[in-house]
Amino acid sequence: MASVAEIFKTMDYGPAPESDAEARAWLARHGGKFGHFVDGAFTKVGTTFDVIDPSTNARLAKVTQGTTKDVDAAVAAARKAFTKWSKLSAHERARHLYALARMVQKHSRLFAVVESMDNGKSIRETRDLDIPLVARHFYHHAGWAQLFPTEFAGYAPVGVVGQIIPWNFPLLMLAWKIAPALAAGNTVVLKPAEFTPLSALLFAELAHGAGVPPGVINIITGDGRTGAALVEHKGVDKIAFTGSTDVGRIIRKATAGSGKKLSLELGGKSPFIVYDDADLDGVVEGVVDAIWFNQGQVCCAGSRLLVQEGIHDRLIEKLRVRMEKLRVGRPLDKAVDMGAIVAPEQLERITALVRQGQDEGATMWQPSWGVPKNGCFYPPTLFTNVEPASTIAQVEIFGPVLVAMTFRTPEESVALANNTPFGLAASVWSENINLALDIAPKLKAGVVWINATNLFDAAAGFGGYRESGFGREGGREGMFEYVKRDGRRRTEGSRAVKSVRASKPSKGTPSVSRLPSDVGVDRTPKLFIGGKQARPDSGYSRVILGPTGQRVGEVGEGNRKDIRNAVEAAHAAAKGWSRSTAHLRAQILYYIGENLDARAAEFAARLRAMTGVTASQANAEVQASVARLFSYGAWADKWDGAVHSVPIRGVALQMNEPIGVVAVAAPNEAPLLGFISAIAPLIATANSVVVVPSEPHPLSATDLYTVFESSDLPGGVVNIVTGAKDVLAKTLAEHDDVEGMWYWGSRDGVKAVEFASAHNMKRTWCHAGAVDWADANEGEGREYLREATQVKNIWIPYGE
Amino acid sequence: MSASSELPRNAGQPLDLDVVRAIRVNKSAAERRAATIPTRRTVKKEWQAAWLLKAITLMDLTTLSGDDTPGNVKRLCAKARRPLRDDLLERLGATELGIRVGAVCVYHQLVPTAVAALEGSGIPVAAVSTGFPAGLSPFAQRLEEIHQSVRAGAQEIDIVITRAHVLTGDWEALYDEVKAFREACGDAHLKAILATGELATLTNVARASWVAMQAGADFIKTSTGKEATNATLPFSLVMVRQIREYEQATGFKVGYKPAGGIRTAKQSLDYLLLMKEELGDRWLQPDLFRFGASSLLTDIERQLEHFVTGRYAAAHRHPMP
Repeated sequence: MASVAEIFKTMDYGPAPESDAEARAWLARHGGKFGHFVDGAFTKVGTTFDVIDPSTNARLAKVTQGTTKDVDAAVAAARKAFTKWSKLSAHERARHLYALARMVQKHSRLFAVVESMDNGKSIRETRDLDIPLVARHFYHHAGWAQLFPTEFAGYAPVGVVGQIIPWNFPLLMLAWKIAPALAAGNTVVLKPAEFTPLSALLFAELAHGAGVPPGVINIITGDGRTGAALVEHKGVDKIAFTGSTDVGRIIRKATAGSGKKLSLELGGKSPFIVYDDADLDGVVEGVVDAIWFNQGQVCCAGSRLLVQEGIHDRLIEKLRVRMEKLRVGRPLDKAVDMGAIVAPEQLERITALVRQGQDEGATMWQPSWGVPKNGCFYPPTLFTNVEPASTIAQVEIFGPVLVAMTFRTPEESVALANNTPFGLAASVWSENINLALDIAPKLKAGVVWINATNLFDAAAGFGGYRESGFGREGGREGMFEYVKRDGRRRTEGSRAVKSVRASKPSKGTPSVSRLPSDVGVDRTPKLFIGGKQARPDSGYSRVILGPTGQRVGEVGEGNRKDIRNAVEAAHAAAKGWSRSTAHLRAQILYYIGENLDARAAEFAARLRAMTGVTASQANAEVQASVARLFSYGAWADKWDGAVHSVPIRGVALQMNEPIGVVAVAAPNEAPLLGFISAIAPLIATANSVVVVPSEPHPLSATDLYTVFESSDLPGGVVNIVTGAKDVLAKTLAEHDDVEGMWYWGSRDGVKAVEFASAHNMKRTWCHAGAVDWADANEGEGREYLREATQVKNIWIPYGE
Repeated sequence: MSASSELPRNAGQPLDLDVVRAIRVNKSAAERRAATIPTRRTVKKEWQAAWLLKAITLMDLTTLSGDDTPGNVKRLCAKARRPLRDDLLERLGATELGIRVGAVCVYHQLVPTAVAALEGSGIPVAAVSTGFPAGLSPFAQRLEEIHQSVRAGAQEIDIVITRAHVLTGDWEALYDEVKAFREACGDAHLKAILATGELATLTNVARASWVAMQAGADFIKTSTGKEATNATLPFSLVMVRQIREYEQATGFKVGYKPAGGIRTAKQSLDYLLLMKEELGDRWLQPDLFRFGASSLLTDIERQLEHFVTGRYAAAHRHPMP
C-alpha cells in the first residue's frame, strides 16, 4: 500500500470500498440458494441457475428457474390474497405502503449493496439514486392508497397483475410496478430479470416482515420462459412490462384479444439536443448524467447527442476532456463513476455494436486509461462523424456509447430528434426559454428535460411515445394503469339502453316513403378523404340494406389504398390541427352540433330507414349526438394538463398531447351516436382520425360529409372510409404511420387489431361488448379523453 | 505564486466584451454538478490523511478581526510554521515533507508583525487591501494601501473589487480597476476577491472572474468572509471553469482561492476534489490553490490524529493558532 508521503506527492485516488459483509451474511443465511417467494414464504429451491457479480464474474447465489407450475402457484396465491387485500380500507392499504417505504429506508444500505453487487452499478448510484427513489415511490403511492376512494371514484383494482421487470434498475423498477399496483388494491406476481433477481427476493422477504399479507407480493425468478408463462397465464388480469421493444412486441401479440390490460415501458434512443446558446459546461455534465449513468444501460439514456453545428467542435473537445476524468472500477468502490456492465452477453453486444459503428465509418474515441481486466467493464465511448443512417445512430446500444450528430436550425434539430421509431425521453439545452419551450412540445417523447437529464420522481409519470411503449409509471396518470371502471352501470333491459342499441332491426316495417334514397337523383356517397369526397380505389360499391332487407343506399367499397390515402390526408391535416387552439376546436365541435341539429329530421329519417328504430328512438339518437358534440366542445378547452410537485427548484409540466393520427373502427350499433362518440373526443384533443363507420349502417356517417364541410372542420381531420370493417381495421392496425387505434366490434376483431398493432406499438383501445352510448357515464367523458391523449412531462428547472 | 512557483505570471489580456457577455451559467446544472462532486469521489485512510496534509499546505491561515493585535498574529504565525504536532508528523511519516501553511493572511497594520514572525520560514504574508471588505474607500487611497502593504513586506495582496461595477455591467470599469491594482502590486501577487455572495447570479460570478483574469489577476478568490454567503461549491465550480477557459484561451494558469465558511476537514477535501476533477492535479499546489481559513486547521489536526490513533480527538490537545 502506498505511504502517506507518496500519496501526498501524487495526490492520487485510492480505494474506497463499501463493505459487502451484511449483504453476504444475508446470502449466507439463505445458504446461497433461493426458491421463489410465494404466499408469504420462500418455496423449496428447484432447478437453479447462477446469479453472478458482473464485476468479478463470481457466483453470488443460485436462484430457481420458475416453471409453469410455479407461476400457477404464485397466481393462485395472488388471487386468494386479492379478495382480502382489495377489500381492505384505503387507509389500511396506505399503512401497508407506508410501512414498505419505511422498510426500504431502514434497510437502505443493504439494498444498495445487494443491488450494486448483483447489477454491477456503482454503489454511489444505488445509494444516492435507486434506493431513495424506491422509498419515494412507496411514500407517494401510500398517498394514492389513502386517497383512492375519492380520487378514483368509480374505479376498481384490476385484480392479479403480472409484472416483468428488467435488470438495469432492478429494485426501482420493482417499486414502479408494485407500489401503484398495491395502492390500487391489486395483488402481484413479479418476475425480476434473470441477471438481477436478488433485490426483489430481499424486498419480498422484508416486505413480509413489515406485515404485508401473504400472497399480496409474489416473486418468481426465472428467464424468458418464466416470463412467457406469466404473460400467458389465464388468471392474470394485467401485464406490466419494462424491457426491450422486441419482447414488448411479443407480449403485445401474446396478450392480443385476451382482455388483459397492458402497459409497456420499452426501449429508447433518446435525443440530447444542444443549442448554441447553452451553458456548455453544464451540458457536459448533463451528458455524463445522460449516457454514463448506470453504464448507459438506461432506457431513457440521452444516447444521441444532437449539437448545433457551430459549437460541435468545442463541445466535443470539452467532452473528451471530461471523459478522461471519469473513473470505471469496482461497483462497491465509492469513488467510481461507472461500474460493470450487467453481464457478458451485454458486454458482447456493446462491443459488437461499437465495432459496427467503426466499420460503418464513424469515428470512435475512448479515454486513454483502460478498464479493469476481469469482469464486464466497458469504457465511456464517444462517436463523431455519425450519420442518421448509421446503425449506431438508430439502434439502442444500452451501453456507455454516445453518438454525436450536428444540426443547423431548430427545425432540423426536431426533425433529427424525432427521426426514430422510439419516443421515450429527450433533453433540451438552451439558455433561451423561448426556444426551449418551443422545442419541447414538438418532440415525440413522454418525458422532456430542459437543461437537465434523467430526473425522475414518483409524482411525474414516466413512459414513452411510439415504440417506446405505452402507459405511464408514477403520478395520477400512472395509477390509471392499475384500475378498471368499477362495473359498467349497464342495467340490461332499461329503456335508455334499448333506445339506442339499435343494431338489431326492430319489429314491424318502417315507413320508407320519405327516405332520401327515394328522391330519384343518385346520392351514392364516395369516401371522405382530405376534406373531399373521393371515389373508392376499388371502383366497387356496397349495397346497404334496411331492417327488412330492402336497399336503402350504397356506399363505396374502401380498400387498402383508400386507407393509405386517408392516413396521408390525416397526417397532412395533423400538422396544423395538432397545434390548433382548444378554443378553435371547441367552436368547430359546437358548430358541427349546430349543423347536425339543423338537419335533425333528415338524420333521424336515415336512422329509421337503416336500422328500423322508431321515430322517437331516432330523434333521441340524433339529439344525443348533438349533445355529445357539445360535451366534447365543452371538454376541448378543459382537458388541462397539470403541474406536478416534483422535488426540484422548477416545475414538471404535464401536457396532455394528442396521439396524432388515430384510426377508429366505429361501433356497428348506434350508427350516428356511436360514430360521433368515437370521433368527437379525438377531435377535441387535436387528433386527426381515419374512421371506418358502422359496417351495416354507414349512411349516417356519410351523411355527415356535408355537415363537416359546412362546419369549418379542416379537411383531413376526419377521414371516412366505408367498407368491410374488420378488413379495413386490420390494414389500419398494421399501418406504421397510424399512432393509435380505437376499435368496437367482434372478439376476433379485437384480437386482430391488438396483434397487428404490435409492429409500431400503436396505442389500442378495443371493445368487444356493446356500449350503452346514450349513457353519458359509459359513452363519454374523461376515460375517452385519457385514451385520446398521451402525457408528456416537461421538467423545467429554473433559477438564475 | 509563492517563491517556489515556476509558472509564468498571468500577463492579462485586452478586455474582450464579446466573450464576457457571451458567458452564461445555468444555475440548476451548476448546482447539480457541485452537489455530486463530493458524492462521486472520496478518499479514505492513507489517502485521506495525505490529502489533509496537502490541505494544510494550501491554507492561507487567516485572521481578519477588528481586535487583532501583534500578540495573536504572532501566535498565528507560530502555528503557520508548525501546523501539526511533531508526534503526528512522525507517525504519518511526513516529517520530511516540510508541512507548513501556504501563507498567513492579515490586515495591513499587522503585516510587519507577520513578516517578522515568519522570517526565514519561506511562508509569504498576504495582506487584504483596497478598503477590504467593502472596497469603497477613495480609489487613490486603495492604490496607496497596496503600495504600503507591499513596502511593508506583503508578497500577496488580496484586493476587493467594486461590486457595483458587476451589478451595473460596467465591465470596463472593473477591468480598469483590477488592472490598476495589479500594476500597484508590482512583484507581489494579486488575488482578486469577487465577493461572490454579493454578485447576485452565477453568470455575474463567471463574468467577473473572466474580467479579473483579463485584467491580470494571479488568483481569483470568492469572498472576504464578511458577506452573508461566502465560499460555496457552486460559486467555486463556476469560477474554476472560467480559470479553465482562460488557460485554454491564453495559456496562463490562474490560481483559485475559496474563502469564508470552510471550517471542516471534510469541506476541505470537497474543494480538493473539485480542483482535481475540474482543473487537474496541477491546481493542488500552493501556487495555484489556497483556502482562506481560520478554524479549518484545527479540524484537520483532529482528523489526522484520529487517523493515527484510531481515537476521536479533542481540539484542546492541539496547540491553538
